[in-house]
Amino acid sequence: MISLKDVEHVALLARLSLTEDEKQVYTRQLSDILEHVRKLQDLNTDGIQPTAHVLPLQNVFREDRVGEHLPVDQVLANAPERQDNFFKVPKII
Amino acid sequence: MAHYEAVIGLEVHVELKTNTKIFCHSSTEFGADPNHHVCPVCLGLPGVLPVVNKKVVEYAVKAGLALNCQIAAFSKFDRKNYYYPDLPKNYQISQYDLPIAEHGHLEINVNGANKYIGITRVHMEEDAGKLVHQGTISTTPYSLVDYNRTGVPLIEIVSEPDMSSADEAVAYLEKLKAIIQYTGVSDCKMQEGSLRCDANISVRPVGQAELGTKAEIKNMNSFKALHKAVSYEIERQIEVLEDGERVVQETRTWDEARGETFSMRSKEEAHDYRYFPDPDLAPLVIDREWVNEIKASLPELPDERRDRFVKVYGLPEYDAMVLTGTRELADYYEQCVELYNNPKLVSNWVMGDLARMMNVSGQEIQDLRISPHQLAKMLELLDKGTISGKIAKTVFEEMFKTGKDPGKVVEEKGLVQISDAGLIDKVVEEVIAANPKSVEDYRAGKEKAIGFLVGQVMKSTKGKANPGLVNELLKEKLGK
Repeated sequence: MISLKDVEHVALLARLSLTEDEKQVYTRQLSDILEHVRKLQDLNTDGIQPTAHVLPLQNVFREDRVGEHLPVDQVLANAPERQDNFFKVPKII
Repeated sequence: MAHYEAVIGLEVHVELKTNTKIFCHSSTEFGADPNHHVCPVCLGLPGVLPVVNKKVVEYAVKAGLALNCQIAAFSKFDRKNYYYPDLPKNYQISQYDLPIAEHGHLEINVNGANKYIGITRVHMEEDAGKLVHQGTISTTPYSLVDYNRTGVPLIEIVSEPDMSSADEAVAYLEKLKAIIQYTGVSDCKMQEGSLRCDANISVRPVGQAELGTKAEIKNMNSFKALHKAVSYEIERQIEVLEDGERVVQETRTWDEARGETFSMRSKEEAHDYRYFPDPDLAPLVIDREWVNEIKASLPELPDERRDRFVKVYGLPEYDAMVLTGTRELADYYEQCVELYNNPKLVSNWVMGDLARMMNVSGQEIQDLRISPHQLAKMLELLDKGTISGKIAKTVFEEMFKTGKDPGKVVEEKGLVQISDAGLIDKVVEEVIAANPKSVEDYRAGKEKAIGFLVGQVMKSTKGKANPGLVNELLKEKLGK
């Protein structure tokens, strides 16, 4: 079961600011989701290897060759604020 | 007062010297204009897919092998989730439960005693961007972000908590740096941040089995800083315990200017990274044949080279250890010995005058203007008696500064040793005449007085007189 405290913790980690009502709603909804997923625990997984990846792929590599960089004006196009060629952000300690 | 012992483990981040980043084709070159070495992948723009740089895996395996690790047959990447402006995706791709290499060790030597330090694991991850502050982080009004470093490949090397003093921690980091440099997978420049070190430190009363509460120390940017920070932190924790208080588990930062560590508690609150396998990256299955190929490509490592220096050149263990401290220094030494076959004499010069002058000028072996060939030539002049040992030091200093050939320096400065007995004889006569007191002392049995007289002769010949000859002549004249 998800508690109100869990929701507050996860919200803090995700930098979300929630109202009291939202916390109540998400506590119920997240609990329901976990309850639904819990059904997987009923399956017998004896002798099944843990899955690291869902596709039958391994060792997908690139060679170590430099390619094209994004022009700096495009890099900074989405910056909330810009100073010279830097992203400008609030200080975070 | 109870006696305490410290328990220290180090986490070391090393930037790998690849051309491109770990998951995209952006350049890793140091010192580019801000935000010029980035692409949609390392900026974490929506819809992009990371692809592993094969060279990174090769280098990580190489480092793992050099550190006596077992290389994983199966390895994968995980997401480490946290919010910070230097991390554009809001997660760092790292490795959690299946790192590329585990269970290694290296050997350190402190005060003549050898000790093995265990290596828990080596894992691959991407570096974060760089935050630029105005002044310090606490006083800056805002931060500027440069993402050039974002995605530069790192390996993190985690030691066992096997060290118990600042000396051991420094010896471990020095050896680790040497080994990694020898393999060529990183240049390990602490001043450029390609080698970074955090320390986990706790103390406990001697005899207590369980570990004390640890603090993690960050921001140590040199070997000196590591030594000072570890010493400081051990003392601080002992004081806390002595005062009957408890050590708090926290991250502390080393303040070089103030010479102390202080708490970074604000960042601690949410220490919950919620790791999970990165679904964008396929797992790695490491072929044993590939591992063997990489193993075969390993160069001679510092310990082997040290042992060979002792065996082949007959050097004392200490000389061999210092000379093999970096690959460049060891190469330089061996080139000199090849040209001038007196290993101990070459060692004395390289470890003595050369090391001292490099220290003073802050030069690395790569920057030296004096070539092995020139050093060998100078030693030959010394052998032939063209210059004295004392003059050799002057010549060497000039060569170090100017890169000139020793013969040229000797000629230009008129430093050829005077071995003409007639010339020296004249000066000896003058010195005897001018120093009756010392002459009397010597004749009265005070053997030491002759040293002063030799010194006077050397002085008036500007150090150029052959000291052996001076001694001989003086003794002969004062003999009776």
